[in-house]
Amino acid sequence: MSQQFSYDIAHLIGATVLMAGFGLLYQRRVFAVLNTFAFQAVALAAAAAWQAHVQHAPHLYVTAAIALLFKAMAVPFALHWLIEKLGIHRTVETALSIGWTMIVGVALVALSIMLVLPVTAAASALTRESLALAMSVVLLGMLMMITRRNAVTQVVGFMALENGLILAAVSAKGMPLVVEISIAFSVLVAMTVFGIFFFRIRERFDSLDVAYLESYRGDRS
Amino acid sequence: MSLDALFANPLLLILAIPLASAGFLAVLPSWRLASWLNIVVSGTTFAASLTLFAHRPAPTRLLFIDDFNVYLVALTTFVGFTTAIFSAGYIARESAAARLSDLHLRFYHSMYQAFLFTMLLALSANNTGVMWVAVEAATLTTVLMVSLYRTREAIEAAWKYFILCSVGIGLALFGTTLVYLAAQPVMGDGADAMAWTLLIGQAAKFQPDLLNLAFVFLLVGYGTKVGLAPLHAWLPDAHAEGPTPISAVLSGLLLNVALYALLRFKMLIAANPDTLAPGPLMVLMGLSSLFLSGFMLMRRGDIKRLFAYSSIEHMGVMTFAFGMGGPLANFAGLLHMTMHSLTKSGIFFAVGAITQNLGTKRLNEITGLTVSHPALGWGLAVAVLAIAGMPPMGVFMSEFLVVSSTFARQPLLAVPLIVGLLIAFAALATRLTGMLFGEPQPAQRGHGGRTGLSSWLAYGPLWLHVTMVVVAGLYLPAPLVQWFETVAKMLG
Amino acid sequence: MNAILWQAVQILLVVALAPLVTGYVRWVKARLQGRRGAAPWQPYRDLYRLLQKEAVIAHSASWIFRAAPYVTFASVWLAACIVPTFTTNMVLAPAADLIALVALLAVGRFWTALAGMDVGTSFGGLGASREMLIASLAEPAMLMITFSLSLVSGTTAPAKIVAFVLAGNVGIEVSLGLALAAMVMVAIAENGRIPIDNPATHLELTMVHEAMVLEYSGRHLAMVEAAAMVRLTLYIALIATLFAPWGIAQPGAGAIGALLGLAAFLAKTFVLGSVLALFETSIAKMRVFRYADFLGGALLLGLLATIFLYVSEAV
Repeated sequence: MSQQFSYDIAHLIGATVLMAGFGLLYQRRVFAVLNTFAFQAVALAAAAAWQAHVQHAPHLYVTAAIALLFKAMAVPFALHWLIEKLGIHRTVETALSIGWTMIVGVALVALSIMLVLPVTAAASALTRESLALAMSVVLLGMLMMITRRNAVTQVVGFMALENGLILAAVSAKGMPLVVEISIAFSVLVAMTVFGIFFFRIRERFDSLDVAYLESYRGDRS
Repeated sequence: MSLDALFANPLLLILAIPLASAGFLAVLPSWRLASWLNIVVSGTTFAASLTLFAHRPAPTRLLFIDDFNVYLVALTTFVGFTTAIFSAGYIARESAAARLSDLHLRFYHSMYQAFLFTMLLALSANNTGVMWVAVEAATLTTVLMVSLYRTREAIEAAWKYFILCSVGIGLALFGTTLVYLAAQPVMGDGADAMAWTLLIGQAAKFQPDLLNLAFVFLLVGYGTKVGLAPLHAWLPDAHAEGPTPISAVLSGLLLNVALYALLRFKMLIAANPDTLAPGPLMVLMGLSSLFLSGFMLMRRGDIKRLFAYSSIEHMGVMTFAFGMGGPLANFAGLLHMTMHSLTKSGIFFAVGAITQNLGTKRLNEITGLTVSHPALGWGLAVAVLAIAGMPPMGVFMSEFLVVSSTFARQPLLAVPLIVGLLIAFAALATRLTGMLFGEPQPAQRGHGGRTGLSSWLAYGPLWLHVTMVVVAGLYLPAPLVQWFETVAKMLG
Repeated sequence: MNAILWQAVQILLVVALAPLVTGYVRWVKARLQGRRGAAPWQPYRDLYRLLQKEAVIAHSASWIFRAAPYVTFASVWLAACIVPTFTTNMVLAPAADLIALVALLAVGRFWTALAGMDVGTSFGGLGASREMLIASLAEPAMLMITFSLSLVSGTTAPAKIVAFVLAGNVGIEVSLGLALAAMVMVAIAENGRIPIDNPATHLELTMVHEAMVLEYSGRHLAMVEAAAMVRLTLYIALIATLFAPWGIAQPGAGAIGALLGLAAFLAKTFVLGSVLALFETSIAKMRVFRYADFLGGALLLGLLATIFLYVSEAV
């Protein structure tokens, strides 16, 4: 198998993860957001598995499995269940219109490419482009957290950000296993925390719109 | 691992004690016993950390102790210990007032030890990845504790804290990955390229551009956790809404740990001659934190929020000092880190006692403390004067050193620094007079009664900290000075 | 000599094949929906019937209304002539260019919209304004795609792009994938297919293309319909040529090569037509307010394709 081919495949999968990141910004329904997120996680699992294959690093298959089982299945199912159970609004509430969000998103992708490519001249081609893609995914996740007001979509934005981080970590050749497992673990813990929050917020406000929380803001006296 | 190994290496012991107690306290049904045990365990950890001075274990792949972190480990275990003492009294009164259920209290003690464990792990980790995991875990444990009261404000604060700090910590991971990528061509694959002890010697060969990019991410990421100005939004809420002992360790310890992480990376960047100087960025963020919090201090009406903003101010001063660099400024920064930890946690002990005695957090309802609670009132007075930077206390010394070293090298930068410090001083001084003097509040509004023991559990640590700060201002022991100097040189 | 011959074949082929392609898509859709459906060659009969009928023209109509069907058909037909379908060995191939193609299609669209407004009915104006909305977003997207293709192959001439790809110069390229996705979205919008428009509906609220041509009858309607059919064939051919050029005869391939190219082209058309029918059956029509997002997405994909080229360039 040629170097070029493995590079092309990694590039392709990474771009799929990024496209899913844009998909998250494009959706207007919460369930569609969850499906897109699941798709992104599947693409991430594929990226991790491909890196495991290319780098001959079997521990990355574990990362792939975690992405597949936890992020692509458990989390979307859990959120889906929560939404149905709690009767949360099913439309995405936007702070910035979808069109503008997408334009900002493209600008962020251009920014990350411009930032990453010049500084990684010494790194292998495989790493460089994955890094540029990963950074774009991270920035898109942040963008989603900023521009979507609903708590569920903020959570998904955070998880998308994490996907970008893991994409970066798996592409970094030989990065030790400790990190990946712990990342996955912390996501798990994060999820339980989120779970508690959903119930508590529900208990208190009968709504998951974060805007309700902000009736009384950080610079109150 | 055998027990012998555990006792042979005090570092492992220091980590094992809080970890094991976190598990044990989670299943211990009696919270009263748990709160005493919490003190004993924290005290043991502190004692164990003192042995590090006598015998420093050799670095392993995961853990290491050097001149820099040994002093932070000792500081952390010490403040952890005194806060545990304060916490026992605080918790007893909260429980008596039925503000926390028994289950919550059990959870609280377990999380307290887990939190100490994650901080100690972050400080002693010899692996950038492990350090990151520890900081992330510290975030999670504190989020759970901030939301302990389950009030609307507590949940808002915890949510904000979680979202902002998770994003911050995520960016820090990206920065960590970038540092690994910079190191990997030189150090080879695997854990070697993440070990502090190995990285620092080879840093000059790393690719400078990649390190620059990494540092931006790390500064924003860990800077969020330090509470630096544009990224500070979570800090006042988290401090104001959580239980007061948690506010004390958040301000006194967690912010230090985050700053420590940042400084480690700064050392790495500084060891490479071709990178951009990280200093100006840190100086800028430090100054903006100082100014923002200075003005914010003027308008606060909530006592815990007031001191939370004061923490932002002091983290700004430290970041400024480390950003300036050089032996003198670094010395000042290290001293300030210590003094701020001691003073601010002491202040929060006082604040905890005040809010319980008076049953309010509103500043305009807190008056005449010197009349109604003299031990508390005067203790707070000294502590607040110390934090505001009055001579002869320790904070004054460190701030004076920051200012004078800045004057020596960048006189123009000293002007905004002094103006910022004066604004903060003025704000705190006016607030303090309001609290100490005037008509005392009727006592019956407090909750949880006023048992003698639990009061002294609060006043004891408060006076201990205050005394230390005053003494440090008058006389710094020579070995301590010498040692700060060594570390200041390490920081470059 | 051959070039002239193949060009003539191409000119006739697109017109002859277009009704069959449309009919085939309709037939597959009907089958997928569980209906028997009209035979694939039904559009030939429809066109013949319309040509026999008398054209009714509104009193308020001007010469624009009468000229528009012919101009539209001519421009679309000319556009279809320059897209290589089975061979690149054609007289017009050197002159053909993706930017020219976009311009020719724009001429057709412009005249259709003018005609829609000319009679002064409310539907015509509504359809025209929606059509212009779609066009204003689809054209930049199409140009973006053209840019990214030309960055890959160094040319905007379809014939040269085909030669470049067939020479094996291009691997699995992310930007080509993105460009393909963008191209499909533009094609859907330009041909008024679901989810943008529904060619089978005359529902006031949703129709776009049908609203503009509501006033036409007889031979005028035949021209309009034929133009739509040729446009669909053109886009299918364009996608097949640019993104899956395998089988297309190159200059010097001779008659056998051309015949093989023809067979490959028919197969590709068959596959793409089936995919289109399947896609249209499985998806719901989109609200008019979402058009901007959909085509904005296409524009964005095109933009990303261009950006990604810089990634691979720099590597």
